[in-house]
Amino acid sequence: MANLEERRIASGLGFLGREAGFEIGESAFLRYSAADSYLRALLVGITNTLAVAVIGVVIATGLGTAIGLFRLSRNFLLKTLSAGYIEFIRNVPLLVQLFFWYAVITEGMPGSREALSPLPGVFLSNRGIFFPTFSSTPEMQGFNFVGGAVLTPEFAALLIGLATYTAAFIAEIVRAGILAVDRGQGEAAHALGLSRPQTTRLVILPQALRVIIPPMTSQYLNLTKNSSLAVAIGYPDLVSIANTTMNQTGQAIEGIAIIMGVYLTISLSISAFMNWYNARIVFK
Amino acid sequence: MNWARKNLFASWPETVVTLLILWLIWKTVPPFIDWAFLDAVWRPDQKACRAGEGACWGFIAEKHRFILFGTYPYELHWRPLAATAILIGLWVFSAFRANWKWWLSLVWVFGLAVIGILMWGGVFGMRYVENERWGGLILTLLLTTFGLAFAFPLSILLALGRRSDMPVIRGLCVGYIELIRGVPLISLLFMASVMLPLFLPSGVTIDKLLRAQIAMILFAAAYLAEVIRGGLQAIPKGQYDAAHALALPFWRRTCLIILPQALRIAVPALVNNFIAFFKDTSLVLIIGLFDLLSTVKISLNEPAWTGFGVEAYVFASLLYFVFCAAMSRYSKGFEHQR
Repeated sequence: MANLEERRIASGLGFLGREAGFEIGESAFLRYSAADSYLRALLVGITNTLAVAVIGVVIATGLGTAIGLFRLSRNFLLKTLSAGYIEFIRNVPLLVQLFFWYAVITEGMPGSREALSPLPGVFLSNRGIFFPTFSSTPEMQGFNFVGGAVLTPEFAALLIGLATYTAAFIAEIVRAGILAVDRGQGEAAHALGLSRPQTTRLVILPQALRVIIPPMTSQYLNLTKNSSLAVAIGYPDLVSIANTTMNQTGQAIEGIAIIMGVYLTISLSISAFMNWYNARIVFK
Repeated sequence: MNWARKNLFASWPETVVTLLILWLIWKTVPPFIDWAFLDAVWRPDQKACRAGEGACWGFIAEKHRFILFGTYPYELHWRPLAATAILIGLWVFSAFRANWKWWLSLVWVFGLAVIGILMWGGVFGMRYVENERWGGLILTLLLTTFGLAFAFPLSILLALGRRSDMPVIRGLCVGYIELIRGVPLISLLFMASVMLPLFLPSGVTIDKLLRAQIAMILFAAAYLAEVIRGGLQAIPKGQYDAAHALALPFWRRTCLIILPQALRIAVPALVNNFIAFFKDTSLVLIIGLFDLLSTVKISLNEPAWTGFGVEAYVFASLLYFVFCAAMSRYSKGFEHQR
């Protein structure tokens, strides 16, 4: 406490009500301006973290399950490629991959005027990925696109990085889960006249899920925690905004406590939900 | 021919999949080879790089000394190089089961002492280099080594504490492990870099590197503790009973009978955690230490060389990949042994 007084650092959560005075690059749901309070800035950070985590979990689950199944396929090319993907992604730090994707988007993509358009209305440029919504489509105006919706380079890099990284871990979990199902189950299903895809969908996967769910939960938690690396590429997630707040107010203790409290809450909620789901699907 | 029919064209859908993949490979691999090798610029000549279509490996050629050794005095680079070689040698030496003897710890103490002398200098006529100037690969390896060396004993205590009969100790250990595992490593690093100094008595300062190292140790201990707890739970109950029957006191029971077996079971999982920890050391970049990834990132800041991020991070990925893949091969070897 004497240290804090000496450095003229206030304590307590009073700073939350004061004007933040800094802009935030993007906000997933909340409207925000520099005149808003620190509390609102932090809420924007939390929603940004949640946005990237939720979308990331969905993509990573889909991609990871597909790659895990490919890894077990009889097709040599498919098997080798997915094994190579898993091996490479798992052995490179996520932060390197995030920087890589960010560099690919900001350096590798063309400028707005020469934007790639893989589908009508969708534009890829170094300003981000623009795509149409129900109400409007992106159009070139001045130096950038206007209208439609946009994934900023920061958000896109973070999302691609998190999803592809976590997918490699999920693929291994799915593979282990499927291998844990007794061979006889597959043979029995075959004897009943089910086709291979039917066997996978109706017999193998439901049983494999029991093995898959617990480690999958920890991957979801990892993805959420890893989204905090956003601070390194400039996506305004909770950690990044809390860091700015700490730099401006000097109230490091409160800032860290807020970060930890939010992540603990998210972690515990995901665990609780997955435990509930797990209890529902196990054999009684 | 037979092989191809069985593994590539077993049925109509599989043939379609195979052809689709071949088409994708044909679409992506030749352009990649053009970019990475045929059109690449290998000389450290940034004008040629800007003009060329391909990758600019000249960037790596120009900057490799800085990437590997950071801001260490240029003419003294042989010292971190030798230290890196010794450290890698120590790890490889410890990987062999035949060397898992009590004297292994003496080898480590001796090796680390030599590394310390090489890095700091100040004796035997070597110039003193303060540790703010250490950087690059050796810093990443040292953070990993010291992180694990201190986290490991701590994690054993935590794992034993979590299985203890004493409710207070068990509660503390569970609380600690779950708290650390519930928050991201960055928040601990921020805590070490901005919050810890506030709690120190005035006049006392702890070096930034040491603070980051402490945060890494606290973080790793919680994860390793869970792995060791898994090992402890995997030992047949009879072993615990037998140890009791011999009337050995707790610490001798634990050190002579329980832990040797538990750790042996846990080795593959431990190595996987070591890999994760090695990758996690890259996060110290965020609080401004010059590890391998930061030196890569900083070399991109020079105006002449901005815009070659893709090449730089491909190079960084390969460096990390070599270390991690070696470790993961090693842990897979254990799975096949049993």
